[in-house]
Amino acid sequence: MAQKETMTVNMGPQHPSTHGVLRLVIELDGEIIDKITPHIGYLHRGIEKLSEHRTYHQVLPLTDRMDYLAPMHNNLGYVLAVEKLLGVEVPERAKTVRVITAELTRLKSHLVWLACHALDIGAMTVFIYAFREREKIMQLYEKISGARMTSNYYRVGGLSRDVYDGFERDVQEIVDTFPGHFDTYEGLLTKNTIWLQRTIGNGVISAEDAIDAGITGPALRGSGVDWDLRRDNPYSGYEKYSFKVPVGEKCDTFDRYKVRLVEMREAVKIIAQALKDLKPGPVLADLPQVCYPPKENVYNSIEGLIHHFKIASEGFAVPEGEVYQGVENPKGELGYYIVSDGGNKPYRMRVRPPSFVNLSAIEKMAKGAMIADLVAVIGTLDIVLGEIDR
Amino acid sequence: MAENNRAVVKLRERFAADIVDIKEFRGEVTVTVKKENIVAICDYLKTALAFNMLTDVTAVDYLGQEPRFLVVYNMYSIPNKDRLRIKAQVGESSCSIDTVSKVWSTADWLEREVFDLFGITFNNHPDLRRILMTEDWVGHPLRKDYPLQGPDREPYKGRLS
Repeated sequence: MAQKETMTVNMGPQHPSTHGVLRLVIELDGEIIDKITPHIGYLHRGIEKLSEHRTYHQVLPLTDRMDYLAPMHNNLGYVLAVEKLLGVEVPERAKTVRVITAELTRLKSHLVWLACHALDIGAMTVFIYAFREREKIMQLYEKISGARMTSNYYRVGGLSRDVYDGFERDVQEIVDTFPGHFDTYEGLLTKNTIWLQRTIGNGVISAEDAIDAGITGPALRGSGVDWDLRRDNPYSGYEKYSFKVPVGEKCDTFDRYKVRLVEMREAVKIIAQALKDLKPGPVLADLPQVCYPPKENVYNSIEGLIHHFKIASEGFAVPEGEVYQGVENPKGELGYYIVSDGGNKPYRMRVRPPSFVNLSAIEKMAKGAMIADLVAVIGTLDIVLGEIDR
Repeated sequence: MAENNRAVVKLRERFAADIVDIKEFRGEVTVTVKKENIVAICDYLKTALAFNMLTDVTAVDYLGQEPRFLVVYNMYSIPNKDRLRIKAQVGESSCSIDTVSKVWSTADWLEREVFDLFGITFNNHPDLRRILMTEDWVGHPLRKDYPLQGPDREPYKGRLS
């Protein structure tokens, strides 16, 4: 009788297709994957612990360092959770600008996913094209917030400042040109034989298994579950916009690819609707005990300066209680669970990381596949290690 | 009101002896329970009340109070599109609770994280190892008595302390 022996292969943490510092220990039977043991935590910075020692305003810059490909969504979930704790209402204009920038962030994140996923499977052209388009959004980010990645643009109660002059024109240009770019990507991939052979039937996970494993976002919709937090539990005014929620049928990598591409087109439609909806008005709630005063008051009056100093040094007190706020991050459901003891710092802040939970299903998706297909499975899960490790 | 919540009504009928507290804050319902029947409660919530997705498992450390820890289960029902939060009391002296990873497999990694960062043991867990910290790490960083700077360093005297 032939003796069966497995071989152990180490992949990562320094590996181009693990999208960061993910280490996988794989047990192989020939070329077939028998077992995968992921090792994470290389990027652990203790963001949850740090936030217990900072005021609510000081926690905000920590949040966009988690999923650094979608920083505005991280900020959005956090400010919504704190606003829920406080029970405050945000001005309409701030809500609309939040929706526009959040959907731009979705495009930005999905473009990186498409670029890296395609590059991993061998389609280099798409990588170059997608990064060219991403640069447009990065430049817009820089104009809005001063930073290309760590935006830190939202504030509890609204926005840090109004958008710049010409914002509408720049966004309109993206709305007009991006659908054509998506056609280009689809032209390069959707009927490409190599792409089809690498993605169809790869990483199959049934809807039941996906829900059981806690998978959320496009990866869950690719398995045919019609669920989107923006539509089903709307926040920040998403109920005003109409958009389709794409779902897959075959639960494989190709269906998840199609879902994400339709999502990008829908994001552009949401941006177009929100842009029409954008009316002049205040971008910060009238809450002197929470929000920073306008800069002209700080520079020109002693009261304004003291006001600024009080909020910067002491922060604001938040009523005792606990809330959970989930938002539809490009990767899945990003949730903030904040417990307040009535003080000016969170007693406990928990981040529900979508990539962490999605990654835990990797063994279910890749077991029995060839080792080369594991790269496609990692790509289709669209993970960000900054958020997994926090 | 929390009394009319569909899950609260059913839980009151079935598990009256286990319920410690029911609260509503900002429209979110939280049910605090004793830890002994947590698997039965979660199984009932999943099968009978369609809370098919376990969104999150985490813990909160109330240092100086008894019970010291609360293990928090945030769950979501995709058919009904509503949320429920269950909190289970875990004392410091018997710092363990049964695993719910047989009910939702999501709990596997999430409970490992709670074990790693809070030191709460999950009985019958299939693979209870540290997940974010290294295997040989001493202590549990998210406990309130664990210093922010780490164990062997002078506390920072600046604005954070």
